[in-house]
Amino acid sequence: MNSFLNKERPLVFCPGCTHEKITRELDKTFIQLELEANNTVIVTDIGCSGLFDTFFNTHALHGLHGRALTYATGLKMSNPELNVIVTMGDGGLGIGGAHVLSACRRNLDLTLIVLNNFNFGMTGGQYSATTPSDAVVGSEFLNRAEVPIDICAIAKSAGATYVKRCSGHDKNLSDILSDAIRHKGFSIVETLGICTGRFTKQNKITPKIIEEKIEKLPLMDGVVETNTREEYGSLYGKLAAEKTKFPEAIRIEKKFDLKDPKREEIVILGSAGMRIVTAGDIVCYAGLLAGLNVSQKNDYNITVLRGQSVSEMIISPHKIGYAGIHSPTVIVALSAEGVVRRKEMFKDLGNETFILKAADVDIPETSATVVELDFKDKGIKKHDRALASLGVIAQLEKVLTLDMLQSALKLRFKKSVFDMAWETIEKAIH
Amino acid sequence: MALSFMEGNEAIARGAIAAGCSFFAGYPITPATTIFANMLKFLPPKKGICLQGEDEIASMGYCIGASMAGRKVLTATSGPGISLYSEQISFAIGSEIPLVIADVQRLGPSTGSATRGADSDIQFLQWGSSSGLPVIVLAPKDALDCYLLTIHAFNFAEEFRCPVFIASNKEIGMTKESVDLDSVIHPDIVERTKFEGENFIPFMAKSGESAPHFLPIGDETLVRQTSSTHGPDGYITTDPDVITATQDRLRNKILAAEERITLFEEDLRDNTDTIIISYGVTSRGVTDAADSLAKKGKPVSTLTLKTLWPVPEKMIVEKCRPYKRVVVIEMNLGQYERELRRLLPDKIVDFYGQMNGKLITPGKIMEVVENE
Repeated sequence: MNSFLNKERPLVFCPGCTHEKITRELDKTFIQLELEANNTVIVTDIGCSGLFDTFFNTHALHGLHGRALTYATGLKMSNPELNVIVTMGDGGLGIGGAHVLSACRRNLDLTLIVLNNFNFGMTGGQYSATTPSDAVVGSEFLNRAEVPIDICAIAKSAGATYVKRCSGHDKNLSDILSDAIRHKGFSIVETLGICTGRFTKQNKITPKIIEEKIEKLPLMDGVVETNTREEYGSLYGKLAAEKTKFPEAIRIEKKFDLKDPKREEIVILGSAGMRIVTAGDIVCYAGLLAGLNVSQKNDYNITVLRGQSVSEMIISPHKIGYAGIHSPTVIVALSAEGVVRRKEMFKDLGNETFILKAADVDIPETSATVVELDFKDKGIKKHDRALASLGVIAQLEKVLTLDMLQSALKLRFKKSVFDMAWETIEKAIH
Repeated sequence: MALSFMEGNEAIARGAIAAGCSFFAGYPITPATTIFANMLKFLPPKKGICLQGEDEIASMGYCIGASMAGRKVLTATSGPGISLYSEQISFAIGSEIPLVIADVQRLGPSTGSATRGADSDIQFLQWGSSSGLPVIVLAPKDALDCYLLTIHAFNFAEEFRCPVFIASNKEIGMTKESVDLDSVIHPDIVERTKFEGENFIPFMAKSGESAPHFLPIGDETLVRQTSSTHGPDGYITTDPDVITATQDRLRNKILAAEERITLFEEDLRDNTDTIIISYGVTSRGVTDAADSLAKKGKPVSTLTLKTLWPVPEKMIVEKCRPYKRVVVIEMNLGQYERELRRLLPDKIVDFYGQMNGKLITPGKIMEVVENE
């Protein structure tokens, strides 16, 4: 192909803008690499660098400020054959910094060209993440109070496998860009350029000054040997390919025929780390084994291994509407913080409610039937209290039977875990 | 009959797989995280892709890229994540990028309460973009709905080329319950209409059709996608006539299909002048309350909305016609209520809302209904 440039969309950059030079060099690059237009996409964001996609006869995705790398990632992961070229200014670099870091860490085969011209050209020459502290820009004194970033140094430390810094006026720019695109992995090329519309108004900058600037900065010359590793898409593919088994939804066949099943509400009041939710699961499995509808609503804080853990189960022959507890059949009180969380519940209970409480836990005054269990005395550890309680309830044939409990545990656990669980239950009921 | 046992979040993930979803990107956030966790188990064996974004904005960007490559995509978050998604949601609306977004709502505002439910985002989902253009929002009431409505969500997203939200709630997403998957009648799966013929114009809809036919980025034909105000050719435009035509089409493609997008459940009873309108997990308490009221000899009808946006105006007006009084119950301080008052100026509209991290009990609903 002679040129990838769209003749119907002439370049509209300010006279002398480095962007124009880079556009033409990128076109040369595409020709050099013999890319196929329909297998190439230019992804851009907002600002002057965001005009790039309109000038080329390739696929194009123009999106929000700083987010170009995010679209590029979705495209490349979905279609690994695509050549994905991303352009971004120093504005996009600042606002989308997290995405640049992530792309460096990930090493997906994308090419990012950063068109650094030291300011926000389109909005009036405000300072960006790369504006020198001593520059005079459209942000009054603000840039004087900050320092610019070196994106190449950042990219290198974030794990980029290819980092190149050069002038937008480099006579070998198309070769540089070709090399970056050919690199299998994430490549970032920072081009330093001149914004004639804004920056040069009050700052002296020429191609020669840019060359001198680059000389003074650490050399960034392409492949970063210390970061070299497998490309992300290919590694992802290998790791994902190990996952071959689709986990189907569990299906529980009815095994027990209960005579006249009623709606049962069970509440387990405990603490995080007591395996309250697992015990709730097992109660539900038992209900499902009897062909009944079940629901399990859990209440815990965002803290892990701290705070209350409350599990509320309903087992019912009818469809379950409101999944909260109206009138509990069974309450298991295993810790003070669990009891406090539901202290309101106790005052309205009648003697038809059965409470199993741990000997070392106090509960509010209640008319319910209360049975106490000394877990310490039976040698049952805190994290086994909930499970052990199910054994006691089942033995009394409240909500579930020992047969149902055993079947539920077998369904829920593998053999070795089941054996340990049953041992705990035997300790509790003997 | 075998019953399954799953939380609403797992049901959303299973619904997505049933709908043909092959890409998920998300960022962990309670109470939506288990949708991500399930997709991470489901997609690799199906040759799909599941990614964790560096933040919510990135996750949506990945989804936009993947959708533009032709995939059916899902993301999941909660209120704080929807806030961050906002700019990308606007992009998806304006540039007709099919996406399904599960919002497992939690108590707001802001970071609010991670493990406490509320229907916090009902107006936010419709109006949280920079366009004012209509979106589609579906509200499940239980795990089975999570499964089914997710399939509908994908179908609508593909057909109308737009983002579709599932407005779930912590109390559905993280509540496990029995689900009879054998009872599900699966809707037909809708695929994006692929452009065929010569002269592809990316945002040109055929006359009589709402959404443009699609080609993926990477197709043999060159495809342009842009977040900027564009004409049919996908290039930026400032021509007021072209802009008007696009804005009208984006608005009308959803609003004109209101009746087809309308999903609901009704339980209409005789001898009552009252109908309760609710949606989401609250409607389960409403059902219990209506049953109890019927037993007390005070029957009421109920209407459970499954489509919240576009507002199913025709259906609501028609269903409410026989009643004098409409009782609206919401797990917030009154968000959808305003839509209903607008539609039903001749009715007595009573509202009860609660936003304290607790489900509204059937007892409270009965009290509201009985306390005329």
